[in-house]
Amino acid sequence: MSKTNLTRRGVLKSGAVAGAGVALPTIFTASSAAAYTNEPTGGTVTLGFNVPQTGPYADEGADELRAYELAVEHLNGGGDGGMMNTFSSKALKGNGILGKKVEYVTGDTQTKSDAARASAKSMIEKDGAIMITGGSSSGVAVAVQGLCQEAGVIFMAGLTHSNDTTGKDKKANGFRHFFNGYMSAAALAPVLKNLYGTDRKAYHLTADYTWGWTQQESIAAATEAMGWETVNNVLTPLAATDFSSYIAPVLNSGADVLVLNHYGGNMVNSLTNAVQFGLRNKQVNGKNFEIVVPLFSRLMARGAGENIKGIVGSTNWHWSLQDEGSKAFVKSFGTKYGFPPSQAAHTCYVQTLLYADACERAGSFNPCAVGEALEGFEFDGMGNGPTLYRADDHQCFKDVLVVKGKENPTSEFDLLEVVEVTPAAQVTYAPDHPMFAGGSLGTCNPGA
Amino acid sequence: MDAIILQILNGLDKGSAYALIALGLTLIFGTLGVVNFAHGALFMIGAFCAVFVQRVLTLSVETVDPTKTDFLGNPLKVKTPYVENWFGHDFGSAIIDWSVPLSVLFCIPVMVLIGFVMERGLIKHFYKREHADQILVTFGLAIVLQEVIKAFYGANPIQTPAPEMLSGVATLAGGIVYPVWRIVYFCFAALIIGGVFAFLQFTTFGMVVRAGMADRETVGLLGINIDRRFTIMFGMAAAVAGLAGVMYGPINAPNYHMGMDFLVLSFVVVVVGGMGSLPGAVAAGFLLGILESFASTTWATTTIPGINQIIIYLVAIIILLTRPRGLLGKKGVME
Repeated sequence: MSKTNLTRRGVLKSGAVAGAGVALPTIFTASSAAAYTNEPTGGTVTLGFNVPQTGPYADEGADELRAYELAVEHLNGGGDGGMMNTFSSKALKGNGILGKKVEYVTGDTQTKSDAARASAKSMIEKDGAIMITGGSSSGVAVAVQGLCQEAGVIFMAGLTHSNDTTGKDKKANGFRHFFNGYMSAAALAPVLKNLYGTDRKAYHLTADYTWGWTQQESIAAATEAMGWETVNNVLTPLAATDFSSYIAPVLNSGADVLVLNHYGGNMVNSLTNAVQFGLRNKQVNGKNFEIVVPLFSRLMARGAGENIKGIVGSTNWHWSLQDEGSKAFVKSFGTKYGFPPSQAAHTCYVQTLLYADACERAGSFNPCAVGEALEGFEFDGMGNGPTLYRADDHQCFKDVLVVKGKENPTSEFDLLEVVEVTPAAQVTYAPDHPMFAGGSLGTCNPGA
Repeated sequence: MDAIILQILNGLDKGSAYALIALGLTLIFGTLGVVNFAHGALFMIGAFCAVFVQRVLTLSVETVDPTKTDFLGNPLKVKTPYVENWFGHDFGSAIIDWSVPLSVLFCIPVMVLIGFVMERGLIKHFYKREHADQILVTFGLAIVLQEVIKAFYGANPIQTPAPEMLSGVATLAGGIVYPVWRIVYFCFAALIIGGVFAFLQFTTFGMVVRAGMADRETVGLLGINIDRRFTIMFGMAAAVAGLAGVMYGPINAPNYHMGMDFLVLSFVVVVVGGMGSLPGAVAAGFLLGILESFASTTWATTTIPGINQIIIYLVAIIILLTRPRGLLGKKGVME
């Protein structure tokens, strides 16, 4: 009589191990067939556009998606070619990327880190996306960048302004074209000094998350260096809608400048509340009270309406720029969609072209080869003047715009005027700057 | 001292919105026994009534100005609102300037109608279901309504400014400056709350409704169609939420999500005030508004970090532990 060692407990254990093996996402396991994650084998290559399609930044996400669609059209040889005609690199031929037709899938970040990671993961695992790009929040960018590093695909960040994205949270597979809090501060400080003098007392209201913290730190450091005093910094919940309770103490604080480290709906509401409380018409310490919004966006400026007039801030790009690259992009985008692109659209369009160009120059889609092609890459003709993708932290260094809410707009799009174009040299910092310390790029992960 | 008075004023202001929404919630719960999670959406739709009226009043005729160019270099299309063409520039501009107060007139019938449609079309089918079912269906309805608004108006906030005459600051006793529109909002809320109480207290209709809230069956046995009256009360509660929203627009620019921002807090207000108690809802609305305002001061947030975000829930926990029926709740109701 034969006897087996098969037991109920043993079967369960074996089943659990086998199940875990099957369930393990394929992006985290080595594949003997592919040299890197989602290596394209057919006539097409798939890009993953991960943008907020729902939630508070859905309008920005929609503009990002328009820009991506335009970029794909141009890469595949459609339309008028846009910035491909002005881009200093001539590697792109309008025949897709490395001869493969560009296709794309989209995900919805919902401006939530977990949702953004889930949609990026799905695009990588199920749709075979070889590159992920997009987003309108630093929290999301940091989360998705981490996922892409693990998965072995390139992440070309969308709108993310926190120092941390290319600071303590930087990753070898992640690249940012958009500027950051430090750059805003470096560009704004001289302009603020000229406009409002060196003897000022600033009160900061700061969104309580990574972007708000790093921007506040940057602005406070830059303004204190020129003689301003930071009277107070109050952290406000991201979910706050009525800022009157935070604005009221400003009235009796002795401050004569209010710095709103807010973005999106927070900025619209806090600025509206500040204007309601008469801060714009107030005199303190014998000076006119001033409000500063370090990070501006035209889409958000529209939400703030009349309140934005005369308010100074910074922006990554503006459609009114008259360089050839900007004009070409505005013409392409405006002709296709009927209105000028936002800064979010610009950075996303540029990132897509930069990625495609890097693939062409590298002669491969391998994330490590693409990353190497992007590192230290100097280019022009993309709307921000001569630009460097620094190898040390994967941050782009380019001119930064200081803008002001226009007093007499001629149209619904004509809300901001460029006060100064701050040269890249003035906003460049050392790779080991204390505000960006604490992380390392690590090594490139091709995923296989 | 000025800072304390300012925070009390802020609290009264915020409390006005809480009280108006909570009043409507309580009216619906007290009459129909329904926990309406779509009530925040009604507040949001009210705010978008102001957006709609503003858009209608600024409908424009386009003329080409050959001397100027648009962003693509084409001749600039200049928009002139029809109302300015019809009534002259000054009067037309004044009509547009007063679009928010004018929206109140538009908001009332629209919100009553929406209330009727909601109640007759969906919510009445859930009267005899569990509260959990009611919450799920009304929460789903709230999401649908906000997505519909987002589809039409986008996700970004849209400014609905107060009339210029009411948009400055007022100097109160002691030299305290406070936004005029916020004072207007508080007075408006007091008027609406007073009106609702007067309606319930001094009219025959109100008397029947109050009787129905106390003992629905007996009122029904007297041959009174109490269901019809309760449906009207649902419409009235929707109108109160809508009015709260339409007048709130100049304080915070309307966006599709604003209803959700207020909904949870308003529910806490109802629970603290006492489920089914109208005076309780109003009193708790103002009380929690003031507490929240003080909790947001620098002193409070420095002393206890994060207190501004939890104060309302903290108070709710304390009230529920010490007085489960709420501040002015009736014994046995949701206790």
